[in-house]
Order: sequence, then C-alpha cells, then structure tokens
Amino acid sequence: MSKSIFKKGNRYKIFIHLFFILLTLLFVLPLVMVVSISFSSEAAVTNESLGYSLFPREFSLDAYRKVFKNPESIIDAYILTAFVSVVGTLINVISAGMCGYALSRANFQYKKVVSFIVFFTMLFGGGAIPTYIVYTKYYHLGNSIWIYLLPALNGGAMTILMIRTFCKGIPESLFESAKIDGAKELTIFFKIALPLSKPVIATVAFGGLVGRWNNWATSLVYIRNPKLYTLQYLLQRILNDAQFLKTIAEDSAFVGSGIDLSAVLAEPTETLKYAMCVVAAGPMLLVFPFFQKYFEKGMVVGSVKG
Amino acid sequence: MSNIVKQKRTVGARIYKSGIQFRKNWPLLMLCLPTLIGMFLFAYVPMGGVVMAFKDYRIAKGIWGSEWNGFDNFKFIFATSDMWRIIRNTVLYSLASIVTTPIVNIAVALLAFEIDNKRSLKMYQGVMQIPRFLSWVVVGYITYAIFNPRYGIMNQVFEMFGLEAVDVYVTPGVWPFILIFLALWKGVGGGSLWYYAVLIGIDTELYEAAKLDGANRWQQTKYISLPHLIPLLTIKLILAFGDLFEGNFGLFYQIPRDVSVLYPTTDILETYIYRALQSGSFARGAAVGFAQGVVGLVLTLIFNKIASKVSPGNEMF
Repeated sequence: MSKSIFKKGNRYKIFIHLFFILLTLLFVLPLVMVVSISFSSEAAVTNESLGYSLFPREFSLDAYRKVFKNPESIIDAYILTAFVSVVGTLINVISAGMCGYALSRANFQYKKVVSFIVFFTMLFGGGAIPTYIVYTKYYHLGNSIWIYLLPALNGGAMTILMIRTFCKGIPESLFESAKIDGAKELTIFFKIALPLSKPVIATVAFGGLVGRWNNWATSLVYIRNPKLYTLQYLLQRILNDAQFLKTIAEDSAFVGSGIDLSAVLAEPTETLKYAMCVVAAGPMLLVFPFFQKYFEKGMVVGSVKG
Repeated sequence: MSNIVKQKRTVGARIYKSGIQFRKNWPLLMLCLPTLIGMFLFAYVPMGGVVMAFKDYRIAKGIWGSEWNGFDNFKFIFATSDMWRIIRNTVLYSLASIVTTPIVNIAVALLAFEIDNKRSLKMYQGVMQIPRFLSWVVVGYITYAIFNPRYGIMNQVFEMFGLEAVDVYVTPGVWPFILIFLALWKGVGGGSLWYYAVLIGIDTELYEAAKLDGANRWQQTKYISLPHLIPLLTIKLILAFGDLFEGNFGLFYQIPRDVSVLYPTTDILETYIYRALQSGSFARGAAVGFAQGVVGLVLTLIFNKIASKVSPGNEMF
C-alpha cells in the first residue's frame, strides 16, 4: 500500500471497493459454476473440447428432470435430514439450555462439579474409534436413526458455556422473586430464562441446524442402510462412488424396500451430479440471509466472557 | 471420650449439612441431569474406551475382555514411516493455518473498516459468509468442477493459454496450496468479522485526533487499528497452538477425495484414524487417537496458561 493512494482524497476507496468486488467473485462464481453445470446439456459438458463451464452450455433441464423423475431417494434423504436436524437440535438446545441456566445461578452449590464434568469434555475425548466401538457394540446405535439424535443429549460444552454466559447477564432477582412466588425451577427455566435468552438460544439453535443439515460424517461412519443416509452423504456417494450405484442396486435389503433408485442413479451423468448438488445445498443458501444476523449476534454473545 | 463424641457430631453434622445442601440444590441439579446423562453415556464412557489403545482388541471379546498388550500398538504405529509423514503433515498444515489465517482475516477486516457505505459493506460481508453454509461435500463438488482432469475449468483455462493440462488428483505437490487456500476461503467470512467487531468498537475520537495531527489512513491503521487488534490476535494464536496436532477431517477427506496417490501431502491424523476404523485396525487407530488426545490436552493446558498470563481474562477456563 503506497502512500500516494491515501493522499489523493478518496481514490483509495475505489481500490478498496474494487478489491472487495473481486474478492466476492471468489465466493459467487463457484456457485454460479455449479448451477450452470446443472443447467447444461450432458452432451456439451462431456464433449472433450468443451467440459464444465461458468455459464450454461446448451441450456437444458434434463438433469433436473432426471432428479425429479424418480425422486424417492433424494426425498427420503431430505425428510430424514430435516427430521434429525430439527429433533436433534431441539434435544440439544433444551438439554444445554437447562444446564447452562443452572450453571449461571449464583446459588447453585454444585456449580463447580457440574462445570468441571461439562468442560473436561472440551479438553479430552475418547477419540473416534473408542467412540465408534462403544456406540455400535455396546449401545447398538450403528445403522439406526438414533445415532443422529441421542448423542445430542450431551448438549456440547461450547453451547452450554455460551448459554451460561448469557444467562449470567439476566438479573438474579427475576428468578428469586419467581421462586418466592412458589415457581418450580423447571417453570422458571421455561417461563423466564428461556424467553429472556432468545438471542443466544437462536444462535446456538441455528448453528446446530446448519451443522446437522450439513452432516455427512455420521452417515459415513455409522450408517450402511442407504435409506438412513443424510442428504450430504447421499451427495458424497453420488459424486465419489460409481461403485456405490451398483452396490445399491444389488443390495437385497434395498431391492426389497421397493425403492427404485435406478432411474435417478443408473447413469450419474456429470450434469445430474450437479443438479443433485443444487437441490441439496439450495435450501441452506436460501435461508441463510434471514439468519445472518443471528450469526453476527452469536459472535458477540460468544465473545462475552464470564 | 468427649473428643470422639465431638468428632461423631461433626461427621453427623456434615452428613446433615450435605443433606440440606442437596435438598436445596436438587431442583437445579435436576435441570443438569439430561446433560449429565448425555455426557456420561456419550463422552465419558467412550473416554473410558481408550483403554483399548493398550489392548489386543478383538471384536468378539469386546473392550474389557480383550487381552492387555502394553505399548505394542504404539510401538507398531511409530515404527512405520507413514506415521511420521502423517504427523508432519498435520503439524505443518496447522502451522500454515496459524500463519495465514490471521493475516488474511485481519487484512479483510481492516479493508472492510475503510468502507463507509453500509449497504455495500453488508453485501461484501454477507457474500463471504456463503461457504459457512456449504458442507465440505458441496465444496468437494466445487473443487471437482474446477480440477476435474477431463471436464474441469482449470484445464480449459490452461488450454486457452497454451499450457499443458494437469491432473491435480495425481499431483501431490499442489495440494498444500489448494487445502490452505480452501481453509482460508471457508473461514474468512466468519474470521474477519471478529476483528471487524473490535475495529468498530474503537473510540472514533482516536482517529479524529490522529487526523488533526496529520496522520494519513495508513498511519492511522498502523498506530491505532492494528494495536487494538493485538489482544484478539494473541488469544486466537494461543488457542490455535492448542490444536497443533489436529486437522479438519472434512477438508482433508472430502476435497482430495481419499486418493492414495495424494497421501504424501494430504494425509493427516484424522484421515489416518478414519482409515484405521474402516479397515478394522481398531486398537492401532485408538492408540493414535489416544496419543493425539493426550498431546492435545497438554498443549491446550500449556497455551491456556500462557493465555492467562499474556492477556488475563482471555483464557478459556
């Protein structure tokens, strides 16, 4: 940055805007590219001399027609992903909310012990493999929908920390007076603490929703039954694994399930892959402008130390 | 005699007292119960499972039933040359992130701070959040569209300039650049906001005074903005050092697409452990995870201690 840019009035501002416009292209163009490929004709994309393109080649809706011609697999994944995202987040937020609230109360005498139990999990964990063995061999959570839901019960140390910090900002007298009026702690939590901590709850809930919607790792490790794949994992299989389609077609359990994937997946053509990608990632990008403020707020909430 | 009675009384009093304490506190303790049960089942029991790192684990015998074998798993792992390469990769990528992340995030925050037009600023910052909403699978689709050797955009551009086509998926040398870039790309939207939040919190009078003294924008940045960012930078750096031996599984698994030719530059501890799980070498994978966990614990404690010394109140606990 040379000084002359700054000396001449506001000329440096043009450079800064130019910089940001170029920078934002780095974020917009990849999406444009994905959408363009999905709207291209297969013949144009797979032509050796052409290939993928930033703008649709020979505009075509074929890929989307194929996705929606036999949509069971993707609709199954949608329903499952939406269900486990919402229910998992609900379990997580209620569990973490109650714990975070209790830890914020000055007169809670087991605060130290509970805090230690919660925050030690941030420092040390069993690691992926002991966790896998315990979950599958002893809890029998492998290949079951419960794997997406039950572990959410532990709340997560970071989430609890954020809620605790926020609740500390609520005047203790509010809780005390409710207690004098004979309210039970559970009632105080749901009637007073929860409504008052809406900003932090919204933040952690939205973060949880995004994380669960985008979750593929749980399916990768724990799920063998294609009907229990999350959307993102289904997407990964479609991109990476031509073999996957064969396996799925030959899987007797799956054949018996009466779902016919073959029409959608028989030829995972290049454009079809990207149409699936748009269908899977689209909802998140559509809702995100509405929730952006929560992310910013959450940052402020998270940064308050207590 | 009286001494014993006294002692008995105190023991009795103590039990009585803790009984009262429990009765007073149990409603709040009950609120913690779901979390405590969840923590026990889904964090502490698996934590106990780390003993399998010291066992000759057999699926049929289970974690407790398998024979102890001391440090055999560790000896086996650290005798392989792969392991050292994997540790090197993990640490080097962490170090690269420690150096590049703050530079990029601070630069973007400082430049955003120069923009007065609220609407364009909101748009720039909003667009940079997009990757936070994309899973690594979707990012994998994007990189595949760029690097696909047959149809990819990159080779089309290379062709335009008369350059030789490159198959990135068989060229380990380019991956450090790709992976470091993607980590920055995915993180800059959120990361720069932290620094930006500090900047807008600075008293504007400082800048006014500097302007009166004839300081230009660069001098204002150097003498006012940057010093205000130091505390946040310090804490972020210290915390990042705690994760020196950890990597992002999504980034390193989804983007190089688990291509073994690329392992020399893309294999990290997380991907190694995942492969151990897939191939059924549970005990060896658990041993790696245990070593990683212990080193992580020690590093976090050390750097947290440093954080509490360097900038009191900014430590994690």
